[in-house]
Amino acid sequence: MEKLTRRQLLQGAAVAGAAAAGGAALAAPATAEARDVRDRQPGDVGLLYDSTLCIGCRACVTRCKQANELPVDERRLNGAPYDAPDDLNATTKTVIQVAAQGDRFAFVKRQCMHCLDPACVSACMIKAFQKGPDGVIGYDASRCLGDRYCQIACPFNVPKFQWSKAVPVMVKCEMCRHRKEGPACSEACPRKAVVSGKVTDLLAEARRRQAASPGRYLARIYGEHEAGGTQCLYLTAADVPFETLGLPRLDATPQPRLSTSVQHGIYRGMIAPVALYAAIGFAVWRNARKGGGEDQP
Amino acid sequence: MSHATAAPVGGKLTTPFFNLMALVALVGAGALVVRFGQGLGAASGMSDGYAWGIWIALDVVVGTALGCGGYAMALLVYVANRGRYHPLVRPAMLTGALGYSFAAASILVDVGRYWGIWKIPTYVSWWNFDSALLEVALCVMTYVMVLWIEFAPAVLDRWRATGTPAQRDFAERTGPRLDRALPWIIALGLVLPTMHQSSLGTVMMLPASKVHALWFSPLLPLLFLVNCLFLGYAAVIAESTVSSAGFGRRPETRLLGSLAPIMGWLLVLFLALRLGDLAMRGSLGAAFAATRYAAWFWVETLLLLVPAVVLLGRNARERASTQFGAAFAILAGGVLYRFDTYILAYDPGPGWSYFPSVLEILVTAGFVAAEILVYLWIVRRLPVLPAATPAHGR
Repeated sequence: MEKLTRRQLLQGAAVAGAAAAGGAALAAPATAEARDVRDRQPGDVGLLYDSTLCIGCRACVTRCKQANELPVDERRLNGAPYDAPDDLNATTKTVIQVAAQGDRFAFVKRQCMHCLDPACVSACMIKAFQKGPDGVIGYDASRCLGDRYCQIACPFNVPKFQWSKAVPVMVKCEMCRHRKEGPACSEACPRKAVVSGKVTDLLAEARRRQAASPGRYLARIYGEHEAGGTQCLYLTAADVPFETLGLPRLDATPQPRLSTSVQHGIYRGMIAPVALYAAIGFAVWRNARKGGGEDQP
Repeated sequence: MSHATAAPVGGKLTTPFFNLMALVALVGAGALVVRFGQGLGAASGMSDGYAWGIWIALDVVVGTALGCGGYAMALLVYVANRGRYHPLVRPAMLTGALGYSFAAASILVDVGRYWGIWKIPTYVSWWNFDSALLEVALCVMTYVMVLWIEFAPAVLDRWRATGTPAQRDFAERTGPRLDRALPWIIALGLVLPTMHQSSLGTVMMLPASKVHALWFSPLLPLLFLVNCLFLGYAAVIAESTVSSAGFGRRPETRLLGSLAPIMGWLLVLFLALRLGDLAMRGSLGAAFAATRYAAWFWVETLLLLVPAVVLLGRNARERASTQFGAAFAILAGGVLYRFDTYILAYDPGPGWSYFPSVLEILVTAGFVAAEILVYLWIVRRLPVLPAATPAHGR
């Protein structure tokens, strides 16, 4: 066992100080204030999907493919070809799925939820996903590196990757932002099961439908608070919980809240990393000047 | 900061083992043809549910942690001023530089739009400071360069000793300059892993709703940081033991043994943070449920707890076999912790599953083999390993 000299004790203290600085930086998220959640803006647009009205005709799916120039997802049933996507995928930006229980069934439409505080936007290194002025999350392939962290991050498993392409892009609903007329899916729906518009109007419409038919609907609007709120909203029948439809059970915490408060807590103003660099740099420089090591031959 | 005691191993490069590794690397390169020709789907078992597979979880998340030997040893030698560990630094820097370089190569294979990767360091105005992955990417890119600069003295030593006149001249001119700059480069080489290894934990905080409660934690950054330190020391022990055996040299049992208490206490710290955090957040109950998650949790915990007890015991440190066994258990447990957090404890919902495809495994095996090839080529030619007295000659 080597004997400790006073110099070593001082150096030990310096190291401990540097370590404490690093530790404090890592502990900072505990004290960092929660990041601002984006409130609903008057200009936000979205969709309202009413599962009780949907008859599963899939006109929205077909119209979406036409409007977005997406190829069919061909499946063969008894030799006959169908465009039958079973989930969102690289050729499908919206899909109708069915949740069956015994002889009862209900349909559900899936597409990007356009979260108020989106995990995909938080994940993307160089902002290939960004929220537009109307809150629609747009995708810019020229910034996309195909690292797929957005897929890992999204609580709704929405962004899809072109796995079969050597030059792939991400595929997801962008609320037909390239069309003047707005979303194609709501345009195609013969039953007003999916309607588009300003989110404030959609929330009012959802409440109006709930009030107009007592007992018909579950007294909740999915997306009003889930994951901090989404711009696509869902109504379901009183006896069909949203989880049965396959919508994930999420609380009102935006998915990125914790990770971003940690990230910003540690790196606020780059003070902690710079302080750590200065402390370590000084310790290394001092040790090197003194001849590199207490028991160096 | 010269290494008077390091010397090239020398000897014939193309041993049967070397040739086998070359074959594995070649097969891996063949698998890459499929990946780049037909896309990620044809070459891997990844899906829209499991968008990351072993190329990220093993090659990058685990690979960089195993490359943290350089970080862990530099902390000990240059900051804590424990100069007697100097002989272990250069090999650790080499494995670090190789581990990180091949992790970077794996990223290029894994990202779908690899040709645009240069945009990360250049398009500063696009940077998203919310993204822990951006922090990882920038730090890893910088750290790869820092590691090779830290390793450069080995090349300069070689040129000084046996180089052409031009090489000798370059080494004579550059050496002193590098020596003066080295403390600040070393400091950078300590700050960068502190940053990105903790950020690798933050990365998996974002999918909050998809990571199992036994792994999701507000302490993920701190846990990943401590984890990479004990993995770094364990990797140094494993690497030193294996290369001693492989080159027929006397193992550095006493020097490695003195690392035991450091590793032991790091393991205690890690387990205390991990279990304490689970208990405080009321998630510990999940460890006693009959699930595969609980099983992985206990495998992981025991693989770290047992070596902690062994390493903190008195008589374990003098025996090479005990050291190697403990290091191996730590590697297994520490690696499993990372793999769990990224793959096994990640649940995108019903209907999704992931198992790596044959081609995917061949690519990862190819990278590991290529890493070994470069390691052997370098240690046989450059002064990296300590010039120890041969045990039975080679």
